Amino acid sequence: MSKIHVTATVNGDSVEFLADPRETLLDALRDHLGLIGSKEGCGTGDCGACSVLLDGRLVSACLVLGVEAEGHEIETIEGMAGPDGTLHPLQRKFIEHAALQCGFCTPGFLVASKALLAKTPDPTEEEVRYWLAGNLCRCTGYDKIIRAVMDAAAEMRGAA
Amino acid sequence: MVEVHLWSGLKRLTDGEITVAVEAATVGEMLDALTRAHPGLAPVIEVGVSAAIDGEIVNGRHVAIPPGAEVFLLQRLKGG
Amino acid sequence: MAKDEMNPAFKLIGTRVLRPDGLDKVTGRARYGADFAAPGMLFGAAVRSPHAHARIKRIDATRALALDGVKAVVTRADFPTGLTGEDWNLQENCMAGDVALYDGHAVAAVAATSALLAQDAAKLIEVEYEPLPHVTDVDDAIKPDAPAIRPGAADHSVPDGMPPNVVRYFEFGHGDLDAGFAEADIVRAQTYRTEATHQGYIEPQACVGQLGADGKGEMWVTTQGQWYVRWMCAAVLGLETAQLRVTPSEIGGGFGGKTTVFIEPLSLALSRKAGGKPVKLVMSRSDVLRATGPTASASMDVKIGMKADGTMTAGRAEFRMQGGAFPGSPLNEALECAFAAYKLPAVEHIGHEVLANRPKAAAYRAPGAPMAAFAVESLVDEIARELGLDPIAVRLKNAVREGDRSSYGPRYKSIGLVETLEAAKAHANYAAPLGPNQGRGVATGYWFNHNGDTSVSMAIAEDGTAQVSVGTPDIGGSRASLGLMVAETLGIPYEHVRVNVVETGALGINEPSHGSRATFASGKAAVIATEQAIAEMCRRAAAEWGIEPEAVDWVEGAAQPAGPNAGKFPPMKIAEIAGQMSSTGGPIAGHYEGLPEGVGASFGTHVVDVEVDPETGRTTILRYLVVQDAGRAIHPAYVEGQFQGGAAQGIGWALNEAYIYGEDGRLQNAGFLDYRIPVACDLPMIDTVIVEVPNPGHPYGVRGVGETGITPPLPAVANAIAAATGARLRRLPMNPPAVLAAIKAVRGG
Ligand code: FES
Ligand code: FES
Repeated sequence: MSKIHVTATVNGDSVEFLADPRETLLDALRDHLGLIGSKEGCGTGDCGACSVLLDGRLVSACLVLGVEAEGHEIETIEGMAGPDGTLHPLQRKFIEHAALQCGFCTPGFLVASKALLAKTPDPTEEEVRYWLAGNLCRCTGYDKIIRAVMDAAAEMRGAA
Repeated sequence: MVEVHLWSGLKRLTDGEITVAVEAATVGEMLDALTRAHPGLAPVIEVGVSAAIDGEIVNGRHVAIPPGAEVFLLQRLKGG
Repeated sequence: MAKDEMNPAFKLIGTRVLRPDGLDKVTGRARYGADFAAPGMLFGAAVRSPHAHARIKRIDATRALALDGVKAVVTRADFPTGLTGEDWNLQENCMAGDVALYDGHAVAAVAATSALLAQDAAKLIEVEYEPLPHVTDVDDAIKPDAPAIRPGAADHSVPDGMPPNVVRYFEFGHGDLDAGFAEADIVRAQTYRTEATHQGYIEPQACVGQLGADGKGEMWVTTQGQWYVRWMCAAVLGLETAQLRVTPSEIGGGFGGKTTVFIEPLSLALSRKAGGKPVKLVMSRSDVLRATGPTASASMDVKIGMKADGTMTAGRAEFRMQGGAFPGSPLNEALECAFAAYKLPAVEHIGHEVLANRPKAAAYRAPGAPMAAFAVESLVDEIARELGLDPIAVRLKNAVREGDRSSYGPRYKSIGLVETLEAAKAHANYAAPLGPNQGRGVATGYWFNHNGDTSVSMAIAEDGTAQVSVGTPDIGGSRASLGLMVAETLGIPYEHVRVNVVETGALGINEPSHGSRATFASGKAAVIATEQAIAEMCRRAAAEWGIEPEAVDWVEGAAQPAGPNAGKFPPMKIAEIAGQMSSTGGPIAGHYEGLPEGVGASFGTHVVDVEVDPETGRTTILRYLVVQDAGRAIHPAYVEGQFQGGAAQGIGWALNEAYIYGEDGRLQNAGFLDYRIPVACDLPMIDTVIVEVPNPGHPYGVRGVGETGITPPLPAVANAIAAATGARLRRLPMNPPAVLAAIKAVRGG
């Protein structure tokens, strides 16, 4: 099958790649652009490990085709820290609160949490739990993840 | 002499005995002596067993068995 | 070191330092199984049986091989013959022989220049099957007229005359059972059933394997145990073990499911056939659920006798377990844990292991213990309720203590069951008021913990920092806990220690990170190795000072004269000794190889409050408390994490998770949509209390914390639902339809 040339913006950089029309955005990020931070836990939109922002909207990259990225802006976990490596408050709080064990779900949780806090800077615990219900974590029981997100939200509000 | 407590399912292989007394100073000597006394136990021991010596589960053949120790034979455990 | 000799004034042990792999993991840099690529790499795909049980009559790969870019196809014909025992089981499970034994059993695999091409090619491999009668339910599989799955698979333990699928039989106990039951005021017997569940790690199995015609191979793989991958692949493929080098990636969860091999030998076989090019294989989620290790399903009869004051007089457990089409279900572990919390004058255990047309069970966190706890802890609760006794009081009355005979024979060494029960009783959750349709459940759980083959090496760097090489992959923060122990022992900052999980070429053999052993066994080994390095540094200082090595002490990261008689020298810091090591005798290092003794068993007590919607049968977890004896919490946050994660998995098993097989023997819920694990909004915060009854067998008192936590939730939730509704569920999962039906049954509705 012939490949399609795609141009997009990923984490602020313009990128080009050749995609098989059947490949997902997740495949494109991981296999063509070397951005392996987005993970595949299911490939069917059920685990959230592949969460990325597409034009600022939270999507499962495994449910978007690579060719659909044409002309769009994508943000992945690799774009979350500042250009000098300064961690986003969510990233820092995840480490401080021990909100990761194996860490496989972590990029997805971080990207999804960032999307939440952009919309809802002062979420309740229940709002955080429902927003993150599309992200599976098998290791932590979610307790420390929820605490990390709430704490990061508080810090970000304070800093704003 | 070491009194080895077997699990009762092994009775079929030991002529009904559930504790077997053997001459042994180490786990390995104990296992070998058990097999000598009751050859039917050989496949069981080959598959892998653990011994509990005074409550401590050990796997090494060269672990010493202190005189008067309480010794149990257990199936080898696995973990997740 | 005895308990009372331990120094309670630790500088680092027990602090919540940042984990060393945190930065890589929050920035997406950490490399897991599927993140590895090798130059010239091919991509593989497996062909899997759609039948529960079928004879493989013909495999034709002509059309697949005709595709441009398809490089190799392997079937069982590409594997050596003549294997026996567990080697044969592994080989047969990785690639079917004459017969496909379950839905999802691999029958062929293909390698091509892209993943999509490999998947296309897999679809073109024609397999002709002759379906055979199948059985997937444990109680059906044990019937005398069940389809025989593998005649001749029964081992020496099975008495003559057992049904054809019984492959292992087990019985043990002590005391006079009849007398025990006769002494009781109340004797109750019930049957309980648990379904198979999956470990549910979010990272699917993935590997890159490379194998040349010279028999030398490389593998990069997500695993709990790189040496297990090595010996298993070598056995399955007939290779020399040391010629294979296995490098573990970061691991995205395992819970026991990554202590064995599935696709790994296939990637090596494909690589060999494709001229030695590396081959990457990554499982899909549905393949993970269909073909990798779930745990066993169980059907369990339990009988308990109790006096009116709560004293237990006798217990009997007869369990039937299926662990798929192969022996290896956690039958003996289940039975040995069943009554482990209780001091019983008379106890009997009987176990039957049965084959069924399901995937080969793999270890899952405290293998066997959760099922056993569901049966025994449910029945204890039923009887206590009937007698009007408090559930914690009943357990305290019968609780085992140090020196008591365990239900499985040996006497307990130091244990902390009573302490966990007392802490649960004292916790605010145990007194929280309950509303209508709400109920509280209590249960205890037990796990042995484990040592296992352990090799560790540590070395001092030129600037006085330290590196530690361990063989136990870090699943839940073990690099942090190992780093803390080594830094504490050396007397240097935690940040000055780097812990590396290394490949098989770097150390002697290691068992996987299983059995809650990483912090116990690798930790004890690392401390011993560190003490060797310290002794060497003391020798170097002594030589420098011209005094005896025995006259040198190691205090806070420096050598110093042991006393005024030793001489007057200023302390020589680790950086100074390290900086001179090349001119004072060369490298400074320590190592340990062995089976670290002194394993400390761990008990836990859980308390859960639920609310059950009487209209829908839906159960909501209101509060959850985990109390567990950690021995010593090296890094409390990751200890809590183990408690919370275990509880969440147990809650999922209790309420929702189950393998559902259709009449056709095919798995009906092979995806995260239908195999629904708990999500964030299903759970409350999970409260934890870390009890510390130090294990005298570990230099810092560690017991191991990974597994016990999954054991009590199954019965705790069942007991809470019974308290809330009056309806007793004796079968998992307790999903809304099941709970609703049970409520209707008691209310006669
Ligand atoms: S991989 Fe995309 S949601 Fe699971
Ligand atoms: S930390 Fe392992 S899945 Fe979330």
